[in-house]
Amino acid sequence: MAELLEDIKKPENLVHKKSSVLTDNVMHYCPGCSHGVVHKLIAEVIEEMGIQDKTVGVAPVGCSVFIYNYLDIDWQEAAHGRAPALGTAISRLRPDRFVFTYQGDGDLAAIGTAETIHACNRGENMVMIFINNGIYGMTGGQMAPTTLEGMKASTCPFGRDPKTDGNPLKMTEIVAQLPGTNFVTRQAVHTAAAVRRTKKAIRKAFEKQKEKTGTSFVEVVSTCNSGWKMNPVDSNKWMEENMFPFYPLGDIKDV
Amino acid sequence: MAKMIGAIEVDIETCKGCSLCVEACPTNVIALAEEVNGKGYNYAYMANPEACNGCTNCAQVCPDSCITVYRKKVEMA
Amino acid sequence: MSELRLMKGNEAIAEAAIRCGTDGYFGYPITPQSEVMERLMELRPWESTGMVVLQAESEVASINMLYGGAGCGKRVMTSSSSPGISLMQEGLSYMAGAELPCLVVNVVRGGPGLGTIQPSQSDYFQSVKGGGHGDYKLIVLAPASVQEMADFVELSFDLAFKYRNPAMILSDGMIGQMMEKVELKPQQKRWTDEEVAQMHSWATTGKTADRDRNIITSVELDSEAHEQFNNRLQAKYREIEEHEVRFEEIDTDDADYLIVAYGSSARISSAAIEILREKGLKVGLLRPITLWPFPTSRLQELSGKLKGILSVEMSSGQMVEDIRLAVNGKVKVEHFGRYGGVVPSPDEVADALEQKLIGG
Repeated sequence: MAELLEDIKKPENLVHKKSSVLTDNVMHYCPGCSHGVVHKLIAEVIEEMGIQDKTVGVAPVGCSVFIYNYLDIDWQEAAHGRAPALGTAISRLRPDRFVFTYQGDGDLAAIGTAETIHACNRGENMVMIFINNGIYGMTGGQMAPTTLEGMKASTCPFGRDPKTDGNPLKMTEIVAQLPGTNFVTRQAVHTAAAVRRTKKAIRKAFEKQKEKTGTSFVEVVSTCNSGWKMNPVDSNKWMEENMFPFYPLGDIKDV
Repeated sequence: MAKMIGAIEVDIETCKGCSLCVEACPTNVIALAEEVNGKGYNYAYMANPEACNGCTNCAQVCPDSCITVYRKKVEMA
Repeated sequence: MSELRLMKGNEAIAEAAIRCGTDGYFGYPITPQSEVMERLMELRPWESTGMVVLQAESEVASINMLYGGAGCGKRVMTSSSSPGISLMQEGLSYMAGAELPCLVVNVVRGGPGLGTIQPSQSDYFQSVKGGGHGDYKLIVLAPASVQEMADFVELSFDLAFKYRNPAMILSDGMIGQMMEKVELKPQQKRWTDEEVAQMHSWATTGKTADRDRNIITSVELDSEAHEQFNNRLQAKYREIEEHEVRFEEIDTDDADYLIVAYGSSARISSAAIEILREKGLKVGLLRPITLWPFPTSRLQELSGKLKGILSVEMSSGQMVEDIRLAVNGKVKVEHFGRYGGVVPSPDEVADALEQKLIGG
């Protein structure tokens, strides 16, 4: 068997390897974190489109603040929630560049709600990648704007009660209503098939930038194993059972 | 009759033993090793290499991009 | 060709911005400076120079648009007035931390809070001491005329890019709103994308194969490394203090008494000095043009031969603290101010000097 394996492991038989747009830095994320998968997909899309030298990424505040250590492109690290404002100026001052923001639920749907809505409403020519895991990972598991009703977090330890804690926010449905968005979709990366669909969605969002018809918005419903206090496999099951009914997957807008 | 046979290579030191590849593998090729890597993680390995068909599902779901996949078509006697 | 025109200070900012080759203006309307963006929108510079002008959803968004544009190596600016500038402090701290050049114009109005739309100089502390969180400085220029409003736009950009640091024009509602003759410089070309990539190797212009990726950031979790970074910032600030102090002196050669005042207060004070000189009192004026870096050394030099210094500000006394620090007890330093939107008259200033420094 060992011989056969060595026979298979030849360059001509290679079908999947790490993207050249990913750096050699080991990601700081917890084991099984969805961030790593989405980072990889963006890297693969940039590599396949051949736009490494034409792309500027905008990093958020949150667990993915250090995304710039992992994708080998030019980056700007924004203040919490302000990535769409940075993206607006980059896109307008360098219309020849592919611009994308990468933001979590606290960044995009709480502190940066105004920047998100107005950038989408103006139809800024950029991609927005929205990681929604319903919790604040970096600060240690506090309630997010997208935390589900009844879901426990360190600032709603008995479960989110809409009467006192407010309701979970469907940001993606909101931006889909705005005339400035040209492609709005909600995806996930819990299975290989879902990963392939998410990659297609990200590719489409980047391709759309060539048309200069507005903002492309890709939400990825994600897990936070540490924040949810579950192992990665159970987190995926919990996400399917609890997150998907409230945050259903699929394209919401495609014009 | 032709058949796809595959093989994976795991970058042991960057693997965090999250098990997502174990779960994603349709032919139960992958398991976590008894041994740990330099960071203390039980890393993924081909426990059942004969069953690999090189579908890349493991690499798709791997958050740390530590799986390389090879696939070859072979004629079966 | 240079051009002589009569216009408001706010309008001069807009005209000068286009002429010196600004790449982008991002702002949000607020009295008393809305004419800056209004004039820009009327002039439609995107059709002539390619300059981007955008009305943002807030001052918070505006300053972060500056971050994005400056990160690309572009000459970007905004203008606002006191409450709006408060909203920008987070972004200014991030820009100072990421070492990004930009220009912020503050046409100051009276505070605190919503305050008043009348002129004031009560944002001195906020401007020269940092304003946001962390140890940082803005380069702060204080114009005293419509001409200087125009001239300081290009000067601010030059300094901001020379030191990779945000610069501020600290004006007030009086200079923003008043009309004066102004000589506008001829139109200069904007930098091309190629020039930007060549001049600013740090900018996010797109990672080419011949260089490492550029990262514009202010985060560093390693304490030792972050202290090193702060040391580098401090060294830069000392260099600015050494080379970029600007001030104007009137009648200081024989002066027994000195008024220190900037912007509108300096103009009022120069009229007060004429009144005092007619009375036989030898009074001079030191007008700081850069509020940071502050003309500390010059004040130290002058302090030995003075009988007293009066700080005249449209505030309850802010710059007076820096004057006292400069002279370190060598000479009496008093403050006179009207505030809350009230502009003092030259007579009031002259009376204050006599009462506070001479005891008359």
